[in-house]
Amino acid sequence: MYGRKVKLRFFFILLILITLVLSVFLILKSLEENVVYFQSPTEIKFLSEIEKKKIRIGGMVKIDSIDIELKEVKFIITDLKNEINVIYSGVIPNLFTEGKGVVAEGYLKDKNFFLATKILAKHDENYMPPEVKAALEEK
Amino acid sequence: MASLIGLYALIFGLCFSFLIVFFSVKNFRNINVFDNKIIFLTFLQFFFVVVSFLGLILSFVVSDFSNETVFNHSHTTKPLFYKISGTWGNHEGSLLLWLLVLTLFIFLFLLKSKKQTKQYRILTLLFQQIIIIGFFIFLIKTSNPFNYIFPVPDEGLGLNPILQDPALAIHPPILYLGYVGSSIIFSSTLAATSLNYISKEWAKHIKQWVLVSWIFLTLGILLGSIWAYYELGWGGFWFWDPVENVSLMPWLALTTLLHCILVLEKRLVLTSWVVILSISTFTLSMCGTFLVRSGILNSVHTFANDPERGLYILIFLFCLIFLSLFIFFFFHKVEKKNIGNFFWLSKETSILINNWFMMYFLSVILIGTVYPIFLEVISSDKISVGPPFYNKLIIPFLIPFLLAMAIGPKLNWIKSELKIKSYLILFLLISLLLSIFIIKSLNINFLLNTILVTSAFYLFFITSRDFFIKKFKFFSQTIAHFGFSLLILSILFNNIFSTEIITNLRIGETFHDEKFKINFENIEKRNEQNFKSFIGKFNIENFNGNVEILRPELRIYNQPNIVTSEADIKTNLLTDKFMTMNLVQNQDYFNIRYQIKPFMFWIWFSVLLISFGGIISLFQRRYER
Repeated sequence: MYGRKVKLRFFFILLILITLVLSVFLILKSLEENVVYFQSPTEIKFLSEIEKKKIRIGGMVKIDSIDIELKEVKFIITDLKNEINVIYSGVIPNLFTEGKGVVAEGYLKDKNFFLATKILAKHDENYMPPEVKAALEEK
Repeated sequence: MASLIGLYALIFGLCFSFLIVFFSVKNFRNINVFDNKIIFLTFLQFFFVVVSFLGLILSFVVSDFSNETVFNHSHTTKPLFYKISGTWGNHEGSLLLWLLVLTLFIFLFLLKSKKQTKQYRILTLLFQQIIIIGFFIFLIKTSNPFNYIFPVPDEGLGLNPILQDPALAIHPPILYLGYVGSSIIFSSTLAATSLNYISKEWAKHIKQWVLVSWIFLTLGILLGSIWAYYELGWGGFWFWDPVENVSLMPWLALTTLLHCILVLEKRLVLTSWVVILSISTFTLSMCGTFLVRSGILNSVHTFANDPERGLYILIFLFCLIFLSLFIFFFFHKVEKKNIGNFFWLSKETSILINNWFMMYFLSVILIGTVYPIFLEVISSDKISVGPPFYNKLIIPFLIPFLLAMAIGPKLNWIKSELKIKSYLILFLLISLLLSIFIIKSLNINFLLNTILVTSAFYLFFITSRDFFIKKFKFFSQTIAHFGFSLLILSILFNNIFSTEIITNLRIGETFHDEKFKINFENIEKRNEQNFKSFIGKFNIENFNGNVEILRPELRIYNQPNIVTSEADIKTNLLTDKFMTMNLVQNQDYFNIRYQIKPFMFWIWFSVLLISFGGIISLFQRRYER
């Protein structure tokens, strides 16, 4: 019916299509599961329910709020409107300082407590997460 | 003074671009022999960019703070070495370096391509000049490294201390040699496409350039990774951070291209694929520069930067993509008579399969990197895509990738017979047994890890066998593939066997758990040229009773006023012991991280082996001639 070459080409195009569909499906599915949303303390205040998903919270470390013990560090993240208590055990970056911007990654316990699994460091002392900057400018 | 010379040299360089374009077009139309004046002009252009670059270096060395770039990134108390490396440690200087490499490469290209036809050489030069002019204008208009400030400040702002590091001093130049090397591939592929010049000889000639930029890109990524390992103090070598991803993407495209060029050189098939890959490699390199420099990416490596610059690069990039797509669709002719005849079981197919996977990895990384940007624009949701995403999508597909890599080189070109070679099966069995033996006692996902380790061991054994029996001809390929198997094995074992302790300690306190005892003995203060240093002394006793002393360091730099931690790493062939100490503000506790990371040395070493494979291939070609 068709020549060998046409069949081969058809097969080839089919293979490309299948791979494309498959990889798009895989990527989208994985994105859905592994994406981490960024929220500010104010957004958390107005959450209707608490999800079990990993999130990031950004804001400023409240002045005089850092309290350190052998196993963990407690501090408060504020966006100058609302604040949230954070409990963290892990590596503390050097630029983690009271009055400076911070991004914490972890899980919400309830609307007032956040269990952080990671604190993100920035390389630049003048750097502030854009979200924090925006929040501070609104104020 | 030096910056004034630099600025004028830069403008002269731009003028030479127009001269070169003028004479090239004239030469292209009229005369049959290549006009040597053009080579001379190209050399002069390169020379002026060098002068400009030296001018900037000189301004940094003498701390001429009337220059804005120097003021922003240097300081009189900085050691001389970092004054010099500070030249390319910032946006303006690093773009000047881009330009320097661009002009250097086109000059070298003209010298090295004497065997090619005149038209092809000139057209390559013209395409390269388009890129060069774009960068000249970009540099002069949006990020001039020689801006004058008045009144002249007494003191500069200083270089970010974490950039004051030997590895990071040479990382940008080497990485750029790789990035910018791809511009030559881009220009010459476009030239060859428009002239319908693609042939086996062309493949042989362009392969050298692919190899050169591939080697530099590999080494550049390695250096960046090593730097991140000891300087950022997280004890990892790859974080799937956007800034790292944008260097990995051109690498993947370039690696794919390298393999396709080999097919093209032998069989003259896959020409369209080679053209597409050349275009995408350079586009991805440009994108890398754009994403890093525009500050769009939310990355831990982000330094304060300027969105306007990003816009310019973006427009420039779109023009280049448009131009190349135009050329591809209107000039590219598929060779009708020689069209891809190869059996499904052949070397070509196995290379294609691996290309397929490589493109898949590339798209995963691309989507993971740019999806957050798009989502933020569309829905203003702020998200980040972390390592689990990449691990989940990439790791399972490494298994067929590794297997194809092991078996592929054993097949013949065009058509291969399904002969059962006994050693192929024997090695598979050995690797399977070995991995089961290693994995079974550990408390991790048994099935996935066993199959992964098996396929990595399989490649490892098969390439090791090649060292003993194969001829010298395939040595470069064997060594690169062997390096890759070693890399995957080391990464896997590094992940499986790493341990970590994080705790907060005061001076004199001791941390206990069932395996380790960490005693914080004392702290010692020192004053260095531009920082104060606090060195902790820790005695670590493991369950055998062996005591080891580690001395992590905290540095408080005076200008800019930043605290950094320097990890103390004890390396031997099997494991790294890694310790960092961080200060917590206003508290007498120190945050301590102690890690045992096996096979770190082998991760670095295997990447060196991979690039060594490229180097051998490069010189082998020369040898044959």
